[in-house]
Amino acid sequence: MSPDLGPITSLRIEHITKRFPGIVACSDISLSVGKGDVLALVGENGAGKTTLMNILMGLYTPDEGKIFINNKEVVFRSPGDAFACGIGMVHQQYMLVPNLTVTENIALGLMQIQGNKGGSLKSRLKHLSKINLEIVRRHIMAISEHYGLLVDPDAAVWQLSVGEQQRVELVKTLCFGAKFLILDEPTSALTPQETDELIALLKRMSQELSIIFISHKLAEVKALCNKVAILRGGKLVYRGNTEDHSSADIAALMTGHEVYLPVNQQTRAPGKPMLEVRSLFVRGDRGNMALNNLHLTVHAGEIVGLAGVSGNGQRELAEALTGLRQVESGIIQLDGKDLVGKSPKQIIQQGMGYVPEERNIEGIVPSMSIRENLVLKDIGRAPFTRFGLIRKRVIDKNAETMRDKFDIRCSSLQTAAGSLSGGNIQKVILAREISRSPKFLIAVYPIRGLDLGAAEFIHKQLLALRDQGVGILLISEELEEIINLSDRIAVIFKGHIQRVLGQGEATQRKLGMMMAGVKD
Amino acid sequence: MLDFIVLFLTVGIPLSSSLLLAALGETVNQRSGVFNLGCEGVMSMGAFVGMLIPFLVGGQSQVAWYVNVLGLAAAAIIGALFGLLFGVVVIKFGAPQGIAGIGLQLFCTGLAGTLYRHFIGGAQGVYGISTISIPLISDLPIVGKMLFSCNPMVYFAFLMVPVTSYILFKTPWGLKIRACGTMPRAADSMGINVSRTRYQALAFGSAMAGLAGAYLSLCYAKIFTDTLIGGRGFIAVALVYFGRWSPLGVMGGALLFSLAQALQLAVQAYGFTSFPYEFLVMLPYLLVIVVLVFVGKSKHVGPAMLGKPFNREMRT
Amino acid sequence: MKHFKAYYTAGVIILASLLAFAVSSLILCLLGANVFDTFYVIFCYPFSSLKNLSGVINIMTPLILVGVGICVAYRSGIINIGGEGQMLMGLLTGIVVALHIDLPAPFGLIAVLMMGMVGGALWGALPGILRTRFGVSELLSTVMFNYIAAQLYAYALRVPLLDPSVSSGSGDPQTVKLASSLWLPRINDMVEGLPKGVRFHSGIFVALILSVLIFLFMWKTPVGFKMRAAGSSDRAARYGGINVNRHLVLAMLISGACCGLAGMVEILGVHHRGIGNCTGGYGFSGIVVALFGGLHPLGVIPAAFFFAVISYGCSALQINKIPVPSNMIDVLQGLVILIIVAAKLIISNPYLMDRVKRRIESFRKEAA
Repeated sequence: MSPDLGPITSLRIEHITKRFPGIVACSDISLSVGKGDVLALVGENGAGKTTLMNILMGLYTPDEGKIFINNKEVVFRSPGDAFACGIGMVHQQYMLVPNLTVTENIALGLMQIQGNKGGSLKSRLKHLSKINLEIVRRHIMAISEHYGLLVDPDAAVWQLSVGEQQRVELVKTLCFGAKFLILDEPTSALTPQETDELIALLKRMSQELSIIFISHKLAEVKALCNKVAILRGGKLVYRGNTEDHSSADIAALMTGHEVYLPVNQQTRAPGKPMLEVRSLFVRGDRGNMALNNLHLTVHAGEIVGLAGVSGNGQRELAEALTGLRQVESGIIQLDGKDLVGKSPKQIIQQGMGYVPEERNIEGIVPSMSIRENLVLKDIGRAPFTRFGLIRKRVIDKNAETMRDKFDIRCSSLQTAAGSLSGGNIQKVILAREISRSPKFLIAVYPIRGLDLGAAEFIHKQLLALRDQGVGILLISEELEEIINLSDRIAVIFKGHIQRVLGQGEATQRKLGMMMAGVKD
Repeated sequence: MLDFIVLFLTVGIPLSSSLLLAALGETVNQRSGVFNLGCEGVMSMGAFVGMLIPFLVGGQSQVAWYVNVLGLAAAAIIGALFGLLFGVVVIKFGAPQGIAGIGLQLFCTGLAGTLYRHFIGGAQGVYGISTISIPLISDLPIVGKMLFSCNPMVYFAFLMVPVTSYILFKTPWGLKIRACGTMPRAADSMGINVSRTRYQALAFGSAMAGLAGAYLSLCYAKIFTDTLIGGRGFIAVALVYFGRWSPLGVMGGALLFSLAQALQLAVQAYGFTSFPYEFLVMLPYLLVIVVLVFVGKSKHVGPAMLGKPFNREMRT
Repeated sequence: MKHFKAYYTAGVIILASLLAFAVSSLILCLLGANVFDTFYVIFCYPFSSLKNLSGVINIMTPLILVGVGICVAYRSGIINIGGEGQMLMGLLTGIVVALHIDLPAPFGLIAVLMMGMVGGALWGALPGILRTRFGVSELLSTVMFNYIAAQLYAYALRVPLLDPSVSSGSGDPQTVKLASSLWLPRINDMVEGLPKGVRFHSGIFVALILSVLIFLFMWKTPVGFKMRAAGSSDRAARYGGINVNRHLVLAMLISGACCGLAGMVEILGVHHRGIGNCTGGYGFSGIVVALFGGLHPLGVIPAAFFFAVISYGCSALQINKIPVPSNMIDVLQGLVILIIVAAKLIISNPYLMDRVKRRIESFRKEAA
């Protein structure tokens, strides 16, 4: 591997295959990107986009296949090797150490790149000499000026907002000498307006750099990219020019079939107020007021979608409603009964259902079996327990019924729930929550990361539940999901409900403005 | 009364150096994200190996200074080796660190006791390293004896406070260690070998623990017993929390705790035998719990990924 | 490659055992002992006579009790290293009560055993409460409580409970002998006509009954279910409406009670009075036994037997003229912990298993 290849005029990967236990994440994928190209890599969650890019960055070693830069084969053993060749990546979850400053974070990677050039004792001893942060700071300033990316080099990363952290990530990657940028779903945590700014910036940068842009939002792809490659189930199903196809064509290629997620069409007269939240104040993990005077009413037989950029209090609201987080002040009533100060157990017994955000670690106990997870909330009660002893046969029977009713695909009901796929885990959770016949259900990101088949199933279940008169609070970042399903849409910003819109009023554009804090 | 305080401090300050060395080492371990509860055992091995070489050379009589230094070096090396062994278990295989640490502690303590009985045996000690009086200033009243007439290892231990601080906060290696303890995933994405960095930190930290043990056998007790370490390794781990992962804080903690231990020795030396000494012996351990209660309340201080194994391909 | 997982697991276990033997052989060589002879004594001497086998059973008894206690805690998500301290506080409470009560034969014994459990449970609950209320790591607090308990016990022996006949002499402090009606009877005193060497005390039955009870509790009752759920994933358990903190403290109460009972059984079965060094390191050995028994109350029984054999064998090395100190047992136990925790992770790591599988497959292809 030679680190000094000069500018990257072409990058080619050939027949890349990577297997994980039980799954082929990438199967025989070949791609090429030329100078000044902006390639969109699209596909559903789990299609292998991120895995492929992690291979390109030297984070994973491919089982088969080769990478060529300027027609020379390269082998990356670590991200340092990739940086040395001028490839840089902005990961979906930002790779910044929160308690270090911006300068320190960037110095961390820089010294690694410089250290790679010689393995002599002298360069090793350099690791024990004093670090020179001044050079790094000047380097950062130069880069940020050149690209118009404003960052404060002395701020600690944990103090920065999501948008600022993304700028730092970009500056970091450029400081490492990237001539080839990979961006993994860079817009997923941004408001529509921030997204527009980022796209404009990337357009400017594409005059100097090549870019691979990973996304599943097709509007962005159309706006930015000239080439597109579509992955499905670890295989490359299409590559070509963006202009040749409409968004609908690309979507069909992504999913492999035309899927229509169910849409909430019938408007029904709402029932009595099922959940009432008045003047709610709740603290976040850092002690700040995460919910600030929040008012919200959800009626029986109604789905209320909560739209907002993540980190605006959604998590705290869900936890406060379920008793998992302490309420500072305010009123929460479920079907007329007070919930504030009640334990999670009491709230569950009053008919609160909850599909939590992190389904793998919050929704199920991963190491326990499916049958045990299905009775997690009711184990101490009849019919599952009699005379203080657990009745295995009743639990088994319950599990079999649930498996058939909710189409849970598993080799055996004894297998650990954690070993199931995301869609099946979500079905286990939904089965448990729905079978308890709740009065109210909170669903947080219910289809995030699921394939479309599972998503469709889950949306249908939610709509059916609504038709039975259950009140549902749907928390999501996907505006499409919210607009499709909700009877009313509430927009949350900085712990406060900006406005509540009726089904007909809401458009993506309007919601986007309100999510960014604009009142009207 | 003044005599009592002087005695108390003169005993307490040197006593703190073994705690200090071990706790500084553990600070580096924990900053890199590894929680080594086996510190106690590593100290035990260090104590045995540290006195083995001087004993083999000169038995219980005085030996040349470089033989003692060789003993110290051997203790550091054996400590580092056991640190690496622990690393294989918890870094390579990702075993739970708490329980593995107890395994290391049992293994090392047992091994040190076994080997001691075989190679040295009985109640045989060594001449050890004596105190050095710095000319002139050691003749000063009170502070002279307290501060300037100590064992060289005591000076070394206190010298390691700024050295560790410098390593952690001013050098590239320290930056890597801190990154690996807080967000290994980010460090990995920047091309830093997380496992290697953690191995290095463990080797360094455990070498310090080995030295801490050797201080006890070569400089302090001048003999090895099964109870020589007496929980100092565990206290050292607790001190890291007390000191909030900063070398200076750790030093404060080490002084506080050894003064608590010295209190018992001073009280006995002054013949207050009517007070049950068991309660004084208990004091440092009780203090640890009180301190942990107060430290436990404040979160977001320590390395966020302390005790969590890192595996690039495992997605959490 | 059907059943690959089974082969893989078996392979790892065999390799782990070989490694344990290799490392301990290396240490034995360092000590200048004959490796074969040493292992022969360790594994065969305990079976050489009924008397020795009874000795093994007497060691096995507290090992089972402590091991079961550690299992309960570990399964509930809290690592109890405080077995030693809980044993001491349990037996101290029991001795104090035993010296002051006078109940007819079986009730006195039962009352004293119960008091042992209460003492251990309360001492065990302390680190549990500290962890749930103040976030104090139980790894550190339980160790500290061990040292504190040891000093309390030493004080109790030296001052308030001291046997007056010792105080004049220079012997180690100890209490007076407990009333013989409180002792756990030896098996040959209970059953007529047993061979002469069969002389283990009846505590083993207490231990066996307790491990079955704990098994039923953990796997057949809703409270046990909740404790296991809280131990596997405290977050999911909390989201499932389980009060994790309460179950943690409960787990430590039960765990401490088991350890306290172990201490009491040891006193009533073997020593018949409070003396120094009566816990014999069982608080730590119990951790090894629990891990070796797969953290299952019933698995603990064979594991305890295995370690009782090794332990008895190690203590018999010197009489059999093998120059290995009895500390060797600590070395073996530490080694076993390190190897087990690593092996467990190797077995449960699907990535590693996958890699091994593929390598073996490619080897086969090349061979073919």
